[in-house]
Amino acid sequence: MTRTAASPASSRPVRRRLFRKKALQAAIVYPLLLLTTVITLGPFLWLLSTSLKTGDNVYAYPPQFIPNPITFKNFTDVFGIMPLWRYIGNTVCMTALGVLLNLMLCTMTAYPLARLRFPGRNAIFFTMVSTMILPNAGGMIVNFLTIRWLDLYNNMIGVVLPSAISIFNVFLLRQAFITVPNDMEHSARIDGAGEFRIFAGIMVPMIRPAIATVVIFDFMAFWNSLIWPVIVLDDRAKYPLGPALKYLNSNLAYNFPYIAAGTIISVIPIIVIFLVMQKQFINGMVGAVKG
Amino acid sequence: MLASKLFRRQIGFAYLMLLPGSILLIVFTFYPIVRGLPLAFTDYSVVDTTHWVGWRNFHRAFTDRIFGTALKNSLLYVLVVPVLQILSILMAVLVNNKLRFVSFFRVAYFVPVVTSMVAASIAWKWVYEEQGILNFLLMKLGVVREPISFMVETRIALYGVMIVTIWKGLGYYMMIYLAGLQSIPGELLEAARIDGAGGWRVIWHVTIPLLMPFVLLCSLLSVMGAIQVFDEVFVMHGPLGDPAYSTLTTSIYSYKVAFQDFEFGYAATIGLLVSLIIMVFSILMFRYTRRGGLTYYD
Repeated sequence: MTRTAASPASSRPVRRRLFRKKALQAAIVYPLLLLTTVITLGPFLWLLSTSLKTGDNVYAYPPQFIPNPITFKNFTDVFGIMPLWRYIGNTVCMTALGVLLNLMLCTMTAYPLARLRFPGRNAIFFTMVSTMILPNAGGMIVNFLTIRWLDLYNNMIGVVLPSAISIFNVFLLRQAFITVPNDMEHSARIDGAGEFRIFAGIMVPMIRPAIATVVIFDFMAFWNSLIWPVIVLDDRAKYPLGPALKYLNSNLAYNFPYIAAGTIISVIPIIVIFLVMQKQFINGMVGAVKG
Repeated sequence: MLASKLFRRQIGFAYLMLLPGSILLIVFTFYPIVRGLPLAFTDYSVVDTTHWVGWRNFHRAFTDRIFGTALKNSLLYVLVVPVLQILSILMAVLVNNKLRFVSFFRVAYFVPVVTSMVAASIAWKWVYEEQGILNFLLMKLGVVREPISFMVETRIALYGVMIVTIWKGLGYYMMIYLAGLQSIPGELLEAARIDGAGGWRVIWHVTIPLLMPFVLLCSLLSVMGAIQVFDEVFVMHGPLGDPAYSTLTTSIYSYKVAFQDFEFGYAATIGLLVSLIIMVFSILMFRYTRRGGLTYYD
């Protein structure tokens, strides 16, 4: 950093001044960064700490920051107290189904709107976009009635179906399809590729970043969903993690360490995936809003 | 000849591709918009026969004390917007420093954004315990003498939930503002400095005006989210907005009226009134955004 600014004559004082400025900056910025970290991660770290405590230490006063002794008993016990594996299974099922359906349906809907010429194209597109602004007053209520009418009440399909396609995703993917250069398509056509081959074999792989954004958005939306599964599912054994934890938090409040352990287990997958794909997560979520 | 054949083949293919998605959109997106409006003028419930009741549901809403409370709380909830935006801008400035490990902090601040509101609410409920860590720290620092009942005290319960909303949104808006800060051309800042502007004047006259489009966009997003707040209230205080309706918001109330009292007609009316409020808010903000010149810079 400092070397680029240094010229032979003034090298020493400039370097020293820059160094001092840098040190001052660090002395102010790092404490603030650490303080903010305590605030943003504190509640989860406190929950983690609680989940690792033995019974007597949970309500100890003054509170124990680092549990002593550390026990994993809450984590092993919680699987016996609630059907946690089933909830995890339900969540994985719901999320996988939701993400897959969105991927298929949204790319299939966005592609013709971006790259094919057919009558009514603009009308269809503008109708779709206009629903993003129109008030959707009875959304949840009417969809609930529709789900019952379709006989999908208390069924995982009924949870996923209303959000199996999102206009926001279609919009995002359409923008991406538009930017794919024409040459690829032309040469494939000359080689005699059919319409579907062009779509699935050439176009979809070309818009991988946009697809990653859609997958991340939907993965988070389905994994973290709360109220719609509560409305559609009658049988609590079919609950995904979010609703299950909400109800256990009300009913099992006397034994909080179990709730803490269950909650920690529920956030681990998404945090791990986030840490592995942090670039895509952040770029996707920020880019989608800016664009 | 060949071109027209290709064109015809494309048309068929296009409609075929559009079909499945369109059916779902018609059923689950268009139909609710069309059906929601007349529903608000009926006494539809699952158990009874349905009648057209005219404006009765609207009269009921305007005289319904509980709805009044819910509406007041929802509007009060918009208070999170300025706090959230100012704090996220400060955080963005903080992580925009070119120092070692800064990217580690960026990631750490984003963790609450990706986790579920259920988990966040459970964690915060535990933080808010009367014997909990927050009261311990506040007492240790001498801010308060008696522990505060964040969950039970009617005057502060709603603010307790607001803090959770703010906390969970910080990382997200910070990232948008960071993108905004980094898109400001370095030459512009350089030019201002050469013209003799000091650090604060550069921030005030160059950085903030250029960041304005981002501020307006983020504010719009968070106003809409704030008025429709649901998950955190639902997990922390249940479908009645305990204690004594002090945390009841319109979304929670509409859920309770629809799915616990099964008065779908009245719930649709509430939903309609709330959508109208949101529309007014967003039209106002869109107009303001135009004037602010969102287009000029992007």
